[in-house]
Amino acid sequence: MLQFLIRRTFGAILTLFLISAVTFFMFFAIPQDPALLACGKNCTPDALAVIHQNLGLDKPVPVQFWNFLVGIFAGRDFAVGHCSAPCFGVSFSNQQNVWDTIVDRFPLTLSLSVGGLIVFLIVGLGAGLIAAKNKGTAIDKVFSSASLVLTSMQIYFLGPVVLGLFVYSTGWLDKPSWVPIGESVSGWFMGLLIPWLVMSVIFTANYTRMSRSTMIEQLQEEHVRAARAKGMSSRYVFFRYAWRGSLIPIVTILGMDLGALFGGAMVTEITFGLPGIGRLARDSVIDKDLPLTMGVMIVSAAFILLFNLIVDAMYAVIDPRVRLS
Amino acid sequence: MTSPVQTEGDRTSAVPDAAGPKDGSQEAKTPAGLSPGQLMWRRFRRDRTGVVSAFVVLFFFLVALAAPLIKMVYGKDPYTLYGQDSLDLLDEFNMPTGTFGGMSPDHWFGIEPNLGRDVFMQLVYGMRTSIYTALAATVLMVLVGVVIGLVGGYYGGKVDYWLGRLTDFLLGFPSQLFFIASMPVVVAAFVRPDEETPTALRAAAIIVVLSTLGWMGLSRLIRAATLSLREREFVEAAKIAGASPWRIIRKELLPNLVTPILVQATLLLPSTILSVAFLSFVGVGFVEPTPDWGRMFATGASIYEQDPAYMVFPGVAMVIFVVAFNLLGDSVRDAFDPKSGR
Repeated sequence: MLQFLIRRTFGAILTLFLISAVTFFMFFAIPQDPALLACGKNCTPDALAVIHQNLGLDKPVPVQFWNFLVGIFAGRDFAVGHCSAPCFGVSFSNQQNVWDTIVDRFPLTLSLSVGGLIVFLIVGLGAGLIAAKNKGTAIDKVFSSASLVLTSMQIYFLGPVVLGLFVYSTGWLDKPSWVPIGESVSGWFMGLLIPWLVMSVIFTANYTRMSRSTMIEQLQEEHVRAARAKGMSSRYVFFRYAWRGSLIPIVTILGMDLGALFGGAMVTEITFGLPGIGRLARDSVIDKDLPLTMGVMIVSAAFILLFNLIVDAMYAVIDPRVRLS
Repeated sequence: MTSPVQTEGDRTSAVPDAAGPKDGSQEAKTPAGLSPGQLMWRRFRRDRTGVVSAFVVLFFFLVALAAPLIKMVYGKDPYTLYGQDSLDLLDEFNMPTGTFGGMSPDHWFGIEPNLGRDVFMQLVYGMRTSIYTALAATVLMVLVGVVIGLVGGYYGGKVDYWLGRLTDFLLGFPSQLFFIASMPVVVAAFVRPDEETPTALRAAAIIVVLSTLGWMGLSRLIRAATLSLREREFVEAAKIAGASPWRIIRKELLPNLVTPILVQATLLLPSTILSVAFLSFVGVGFVEPTPDWGRMFATGASIYEQDPAYMVFPGVAMVIFVVAFNLLGDSVRDAFDPKSGR
């Protein structure tokens, strides 16, 4: 088990390194001067020189990449001042430390992603289980067709519709906003309730379909029948035998969806105007703020890989065969 | 499994004439049996949901294709600012005056807030932009996926190993983030920042960026299928008969891979359309004045409180389109492979 995790961690670190390298070279080795990209339409030679100095663009690209990597672990000195340990450079547009900006925006995206994840796992898997238990009945049909329509919904369409129904016209729910959990737990919860629900919808349906079909498959397995024949309660058989077996494909899908979860959080943030990492990424791209984009890219990739690692570990716990392969 | 195609494969390899007639002449085979294509078609026709959704999807494609024709009949275009020309269409807050987003016999789906363009034309041309871009990207993804999967699966060994690592690595990429981060970079590689980006170049950039991270699923599938096909007798027979690898891939392997390729393509296309829409919604895809489906949502979200009607048509159209496409994908898969079952 430990060996398995170490191997996976090593793989994740390697992937992260490669992602950083690819992004870095993509941004800084394109034929054009990246500073020109950042400088925008009203570029003066002075501004260009400042950006050059800030980035150390006079050095060859591999050296720049090395400096960038060293900066992440040991900090770096720029013309505008020192940038301490996890240093991802300084923003082009407002000269702020990239890492600080990311840390500032991060709690929202984390709350949004984890909350959305919990909602769609509970609702999606629950609906799938209920549908499987009542296979062929009206409940099953309603759940299945609802999930088909819901998968085809987009956050940017559903979001405004939900806002219109529950906020603007009825006033039942609060307008989405960001209140740090440390300030007010209820404010945090109510502010994120609509984003959680809307974001989870596009994922929920997939898990309903998945858990329904694997559960039906599992219930027909020999070992489930044997357990039932031994006289175990059907609830016990349902959860301990069939449910556990059907978790494996679901966890596989979950692992693949984590990147999409981040993408979903990004669209949700933009739809509801919440200041998280996703919107930061978008804004940095539109402002052509390369250091910020790089930083967001690497930090998010690191988190996606970390979540993947957790899913892998869960996978190994559920299915012992995985550890050996 | 797919015996008629197989026999065709055996036959063509036994009689090696390189300048044979164009393949796909399925009726020239055993008169009694049906080709897998015919069987598939038969099963598909019987699936009512599949047929209906195929018609819906076809309708959307036709609308996209016939957009200039629709424009001629309808008499409006997606660029004219009708609300600015005649003062009674928009009120003092630049919102449509009429009921439900300013719907009228002149402007079927209403008027766009602020700029005052025709929503119906915006939607038709926006769909055209999105569908064309997504089609091109999907074709590119399928091509890359098939080539890489075939090469890896057929040659095996070191080539396969490194192609497999590349596939794994790209699968681990945070794709949506990569899409938006690389768009300006790809555009900047061709256009100076002080110049206007031509729409065609923007479309090309979107296609390149989306297909870079879109081929891996298909290539994995093709690789696995190739691996099992490679060991089959008809491939060995072709090898012994002296067929070149290129000929084996073209004449023996590809005809047997048509099924997974088609099924995957029908699944890829709607998700690619959504990705194109995602890019435009986020603001790095198509920009004004090119009409685009995804950007209509960005506009709609910004004025939703004042004019909720604007978003209804693009939104409902997209839901119908994606539902139909998902159902179609399921039906195509069932028709090709009845065992998979829902």
